[in-house]
Order: sequence, then structure tokens, then C-alpha cells
Amino acid sequence: MSAKVRIPTPLRRLTGGKDVVQVEGSSLKECISALEQQFPGIEARLCDPDGELHDFVNIYVNGEDVRFMEGMATEVKPNDELSIVPAVAGG
Amino acid sequence: MSYAIALRCRRCGREYPLEPIYVCEFCFGPLEVMYNYEAIARAISKKSIGSGPLTMWRYRPLLPVESDEVVDINGGFTPLVKAKNLAKKLGLEQLYLKNDCVNPSYSFKDRNVSVAATKAKEFGFDTIACASTGNLACSVAAHAARAGLKAFVFIPADLEKGKVIGAAIYGPTLVAVKGSYDEVNRLCSEVADRYNWAFVNINIRPYYSEGSKTLAYEVAEQLGWRAPDHAIVPVASGSLFAKIWKGFHEFANLGFIERVPTRMHVAQAEGSAPIVHAYAEGSKEIRPVKPNTIARSLAIGNPADGHFVLRILKESNGSACGVTDEEVVEGMKLLAQTEGIFAETAGGVTIATLKRLVASGVIKSHELVVAYITGNGLKTQEAVEEVVKPLIIQPSLGSFEQALKKEQQGETLEAQRVPGKK
Repeated sequence: MSAKVRIPTPLRRLTGGKDVVQVEGSSLKECISALEQQFPGIEARLCDPDGELHDFVNIYVNGEDVRFMEGMATEVKPNDELSIVPAVAGG
Repeated sequence: MSYAIALRCRRCGREYPLEPIYVCEFCFGPLEVMYNYEAIARAISKKSIGSGPLTMWRYRPLLPVESDEVVDINGGFTPLVKAKNLAKKLGLEQLYLKNDCVNPSYSFKDRNVSVAATKAKEFGFDTIACASTGNLACSVAAHAARAGLKAFVFIPADLEKGKVIGAAIYGPTLVAVKGSYDEVNRLCSEVADRYNWAFVNINIRPYYSEGSKTLAYEVAEQLGWRAPDHAIVPVASGSLFAKIWKGFHEFANLGFIERVPTRMHVAQAEGSAPIVHAYAEGSKEIRPVKPNTIARSLAIGNPADGHFVLRILKESNGSACGVTDEEVVEGMKLLAQTEGIFAETAGGVTIATLKRLVASGVIKSHELVVAYITGNGLKTQEAVEEVVKPLIIQPSLGSFEQALKKEQQGETLEAQRVPGKK
């Protein structure tokens, strides 16, 4: 069983145009490593060299911002839905 | 013609063509419009500005549009009010209010959306959309009506009635999302990925956000070509704050003002103050919050431009202040009752912040202060319903005079009860 990851447009060049991909992993960190295995280069787009999320990247697990949970250690269960969303302004 | 030459990532500096894109593919940093300022300097002067239209489009060479026909509902060039009564009350000598309550859709957003709707047409979109805390929804719907574009506006379902009706009247498809603004925004990012629409605050954002610069240009021009000592700006995502700073500097670089002495002050509501918290802790990281405040137009818990705001606070020797909902209401009443300006809750946040900055000595009495009032109070009437205490009478002179007497007695009693009250 795996989790579903929504890929935003700016990253689809790396995923061969796919907007949704499946990954195996029990934490956000593992899921991102799994993404990197499938689509080399994607991790560097999401994380700083020290492994933390870039300032302008938001990741949600089932709609909840991981920064309200455990960050990179946030638990991911089978069938969970991950969304990668660039920061957007508005109001 | 346009003087915009490219988009550039504000984080890593990579350049991109002028397309409906908003984020760097390499580092996810936001993209910003770059201009040919040498050409702008040849195209614009104080004189040309002075003879331009009495709207935000008098600064057109500094806005990233190509077309001769802009989508325009006459936003901008709003009054800069010398606030003598409020100044006296606070112990200031030179206080000005930039009154953006009186824009056509009743908030500063008309500045952004006029640019965004123009770009939407230039790029060939037939639909314009936004995620909104209310003011943007009204403005997008109004400009869509004017431009003959279809509109989808996404708002939190529990928004103030004045904002819901103020958007719906223009005939957009209104989508009320059962969630917070931050959730609406996330949803819209996903919608924007699937539908080929001009989302003003997503794929059109680099252009949209430039409209806010006109709030700096106008203030500088209306002050007689100078920047203030202090600017107090209500902050949600931080875009407005950053663009006002940018606007002052563009004017300085073009030689229209001598320098930018301005200290930039962030006004947030305590219940949604992630930037104030980061500033107070000296942290570079902005932890998102779940907003809880009556200042709904500022209720963004995950401010996209927060990092830039922190940088500007440092550069400008500014400050950041989070005020309570009670102070917001007091601020709205004070503004209305001293200057005759009925601002929405965000205006109350600004005035409450101004009071605090004066009280704490950050603002000195002789300094030139501009407070930005960005939206109209008729949209957030719920916040101040308590002010309605009419004398209820029969249609007779006797009944009126009886009520008047009762009220005057009430006032006398009140004065006796509160010692020292003037």
C-alpha cells in the first residue's frame, strides 16, 4: 500500500508530466526519499541541504500543513494524500 | 508597451520569460517582475505623472502591462487625509491617512486586480479567479464584470456578509469553502493546476502584486514628493508591505524623491500574527498559525511573503505589533469618530498599532507618519454593531425631548461614575 502525492505544475517536468504519483514510506522524510528514487532531483527542489523543507514549500498530509504536525517526521499511512504546494499570497 | 523585461526568482535569481507563472522551478521561490528602469526613467517624469489620469494608471510605465486598454474601474489615487483630530488625540503633529476605503470595490485590492485582469486578457484567458478573505473576491468580481471575463471566487464559507454580497453582486461564480483562508488557498493551488484560469493570486501573482506599489507612489506624490518617516501597514500575506517598500525605493532610484527614511511597521491582529511572533523572537523562520481574529481580511496564518517582510523590518529599522480584537474595535471607532472614516477591521488594526507605537515612543511627535487604511467598514459591520444605541421615540416633540433629557442625565451620571474622565 502506498500514499498518493500531488505534484504541482512547477515540478512536473521532473515527473514526466505526472500530476499524481504513488510512493511508499511511513514518514514524510521517507516519502520524499522515495520520490527522489523515482524522480531524481526532486528532493533538492523541496528541501535544503540539511534536509529541512525550503521556506517557500508547503507540504500537506490529508490537508494539514506538516508544520502543524511533526515536520519531516510526520507520520504517513497507506492511502494518505500528500500535497506539495508552493507558497501563494493573496487576501 | 511595457517596460517589464523578465520574471526573476526572489530567492535564487533565476530568470524566466513574462508568462503566467509564479514560482521558481528550482527553489520554489516567488517570481517578481524585472523592469528596464533606464527606459522607464526616459518615459516618466513628475510632470508626466502630474498630467496623467487621476487613477493608479498615472504610474503606468512602472506597472507590467503591454496593452493600451487596461481593465480599469478607476481604482487608486485615493485621498491622503491630513488627520488633524486623530493626530491631536495621539499627540502627533503630522499624521496622514491613506484612505483606500474609497476605491471602487472598497479596498486597496482594486490596485492589484486592475493589473491582474489586464494581464489575464493579455495572456488570452477567458476566466479570472482568486482565493480570498473577501476584499479580493469583491475586486476580482468587479473587474471581471468590467472586462467581460468569467469569474470564480473562492472564499471561506463563514465570511462577513458585506464581503459575500459585495462580491456576489457582480455575478461571479462564488465558491464558499468550508474551511479557513489558508485551506481555501491550498485548494485553489490545486484547482489552478487543473484549470486554465487566470488565478490572480497564484499564476498571475507576479503581476497582480505589483499593483500595490501605487500605494507608495501616491503617498510620495501627495506628500509633495517625499517618503514619510513612518509607514504603518496592515499585514496578511505580507505582499502589500513589501510592495510599498519597493515603490518608495523605485521612486528614490528614479530621483522623484530624495531618499527613503521610512521606518516600516507591521500591523497584525494578535489572533493571526505569525510575522509579529517571528520578529519578536528574532527568528528567520515563520511558523504558521491558525488564525482567530475579527480582522478576517488579515487572517492568513501562513504568510507567503513573511520572509521578505522580516528582511524589510530589519533594513528599515521598523517594528511589528499584534493588537487584540478589543483594540481593533476601539481603533475603528476612534478613526470614525475623529476623522469621519469608517474603515474595516484591518483599519482598526492599523490605528491600534499606531496608538501603541506612539505610546511606546517608537514614533516621535514631530515625525511624519502615514497609516494605510485599506478597506471599507461597511464590509465588516458585524465587528462594531455595539455602536448602535439609538434613542427610540414616538413621532412627537415631547417624546424626543424626554429621550434627550434622559440621555443627558445618563451622560452626567456616566461622568460622575468615571472619575477624571473628560
